[in-house]
Amino acid sequence: MRAKLLRQPWVYSFGAALAVWLATIAYTHGQGAGAILTAALSFATFTIIVGLGQMMVITTGPGNVDLSIPATITLSGAVAMKVMDEDTGRMAIGIVAALGAATLVGIFNYGLIRILRIPPIIATLSSSFLVLSAAISYGRGIRIKPPEPLAQFAEAQVLGIPIMAIAVLALSVAMAVVLSRTVYGRSVLAVGQNSRAAWLAGLNVGRTRFLTYVLSAFLAGVCGILLSGFSRGAALNMGEEFLLASIATVVIGGTSVAGGRANVPGIWGAALFMYLLVTMLNTFGASAGIRLILTGLMIIGVIVAAGGEEQR
Amino acid sequence: MASEAIRLDGVEKSFGAVRALAGVDLTVAAGECLGLVGHNGAGKSTLMHVLSGNLTPSAGTLAIAGKPYDRQWTAAAAQAEGVRCVFQELSLCPNLTVAENVRIVHRPLKGLGWKGRARALIRQKLDEIFPNHGISPDDEIADLAIGQRQMAEIARAFTVTDGKLRLVILDEPTSSLDAVSAQQLLAYVKRETARGAAVILISHLLGEILSTADRIVVMKDGKTVADRKASGFTRNSLVAAMGSEAREHKRGAARMAGAEVMVSAQPRSGGTAALEARKGEIVGLTGLAGHGQTRMLLQIYEHRQASMKGALAFIAGDRQSDGVFNLWSIGRNITTRSLAALRKGGLIDLAAEARLAGEWKQRMAIRTPDVNNNILTLSGGNQQKALFARALASDAAIILMDDPMRGVDIGTKQEVYAMIRAEAEKGRTFVWYTTEIEELTHCDRAYVFRDGAIAASLGVDELTEEKMLQASFAEHTA
Repeated sequence: MRAKLLRQPWVYSFGAALAVWLATIAYTHGQGAGAILTAALSFATFTIIVGLGQMMVITTGPGNVDLSIPATITLSGAVAMKVMDEDTGRMAIGIVAALGAATLVGIFNYGLIRILRIPPIIATLSSSFLVLSAAISYGRGIRIKPPEPLAQFAEAQVLGIPIMAIAVLALSVAMAVVLSRTVYGRSVLAVGQNSRAAWLAGLNVGRTRFLTYVLSAFLAGVCGILLSGFSRGAALNMGEEFLLASIATVVIGGTSVAGGRANVPGIWGAALFMYLLVTMLNTFGASAGIRLILTGLMIIGVIVAAGGEEQR
Repeated sequence: MASEAIRLDGVEKSFGAVRALAGVDLTVAAGECLGLVGHNGAGKSTLMHVLSGNLTPSAGTLAIAGKPYDRQWTAAAAQAEGVRCVFQELSLCPNLTVAENVRIVHRPLKGLGWKGRARALIRQKLDEIFPNHGISPDDEIADLAIGQRQMAEIARAFTVTDGKLRLVILDEPTSSLDAVSAQQLLAYVKRETARGAAVILISHLLGEILSTADRIVVMKDGKTVADRKASGFTRNSLVAAMGSEAREHKRGAARMAGAEVMVSAQPRSGGTAALEARKGEIVGLTGLAGHGQTRMLLQIYEHRQASMKGALAFIAGDRQSDGVFNLWSIGRNITTRSLAALRKGGLIDLAAEARLAGEWKQRMAIRTPDVNNNILTLSGGNQQKALFARALASDAAIILMDDPMRGVDIGTKQEVYAMIRAEAEKGRTFVWYTTEIEELTHCDRAYVFRDGAIAASLGVDELTEEKMLQASFAEHTA
């Protein structure tokens, strides 16, 4: 039983998150232990949302990655805020518009990859410039607050647990079910292992990749809306930190970079770890430079620990 | 007989469980052109790789000019003893010029002016073998047409700096040459052997062999089965020696004649003849390897210039690149093709999935204690059974098979043949590309492919190795 648990790749990311948390509260003598966890859950949810999308993209095989997530978050946030225009009655239409814009980004990305045969890393990177420019020109110079219900939803807690975290937990469970029990999810895993074999086994490789890029962009859109509610407005740099975060959580969480193996629980452990790590270093009073160096080293450490026995 | 150039005694070579050479004795006399024939996989190429020092035999001895060679026989040793070879897969460096490629095999070409000497050497040899060849020694190989590359490689094999030319192995040398260059080469081979060098000529064009070789050795299943003077063979007796006795047929002919046509397709790669497969029929695709059979299967699979009634499933022969999902269990590998059918309310019914996997583990007799084990825990043959199970468990009415028995042991084969037979009786249609001629005996009909086109269609009473070889080797009437 214990050996079986240790073989799960997500155990390492949770272990790392726990260790970092314990180190932090040991330093503060237990002060703020709960508050740190609550904050971690709040901030980690955003990373988890985009991490789930990135996980699906990376799982479709070597070379697949979505670098347009930050730009899509920004575009979605800007569209949502501008369409809602602080009016609670326009919330629904704002959400639809933002998600619609994000979905279009996903379709555009796949178009570049499939029709123009551009490698995903280049395609999504270049489209992110276009998307970010669109967001800048669309949201030029405005600073619009989110409608009150959206802001409240993004901040609400039950017993110290953010409601958003509970919603994202439900989303994560749904994603795990999609992966193991739908034809689409199985196709993602099969295509990621061997796309030619998947094609010869009768799976629709093109449709699978298309849906995956659209799903990733859609989830970035969801993240953009919630993030602008949480941080009281959209900002043009709001997506920035999610480029590294989305990829790092996927990798630390035990999803195979070579494709074909996804891990949903690992995304949670990794996202919490990443946030708690920064919190710990802040608590220790580390300077910005030291913080970056240690963050990099710790990420490498966890990946080595978790990935060690995956080598075949 | 003239003096011996090189002699092999009792050479054996195994690749894993596959015995490529099962004790071959071969003697080549100086000044002799030896023709070597046999169908795909008979062991010709393996034997030549042993002769050229590229492969170390598992057993056997080698003698040069009558004296046993007691050191390690390597490619460098072969080169030093004047043994050269031109293999089917060309071996010139594409980023170098013709002259630079000559330098690679001739160590004495060094110091100032080596390039000039290399140029002169290869130009003189090209002019001698292929007058009007149109190749400059300074051409980069990558810029040459495939036929010119072949000419350059052949000419290089016959160039001499130090030492003597003892034996040149030509493995399908005319495969990329036009008719004129091929004739030039064969004429040169006769001149060169008259000067005392030995040549081994391997070709699928039996006319070439019969007209050029002094003596012909026939290989089959890793052994030499005939060794006579060329004048002692005719085209037909040569084909008969390569093949095996005709086999009896179990299936009733013309049983399928009235059945519904399930697949009809015309090869895009050539010819006007079309392929048809009827309900319940097992149709073989045969001929020499790589003559368009796999392309035909993929063309049907992609529905290009092909029409069919019913769903398709594909069984790959190259398990690693086309078949198996390495990270998955045996069960998941089996059910991949049936996922849509296993859905209940939009979700895959895991219990039904497990039942399907378990059922096919039983039916295909896949040797594993648990279908939840990783697919790679199975032997190659059992992995192949899982791929058969994937296709047979599906709703496909038409099964395309791309030489699926590659590297599968004989016991497994027999089990799978019986399964294919049973499934055909139930009305499934099989289109089966096979490189193993014995497997044709399990087919109702077969199409022989040559150069991407259907060269012949063999009925149930014509499915013999002889007929197949006759159709494969039909010569270009140039």
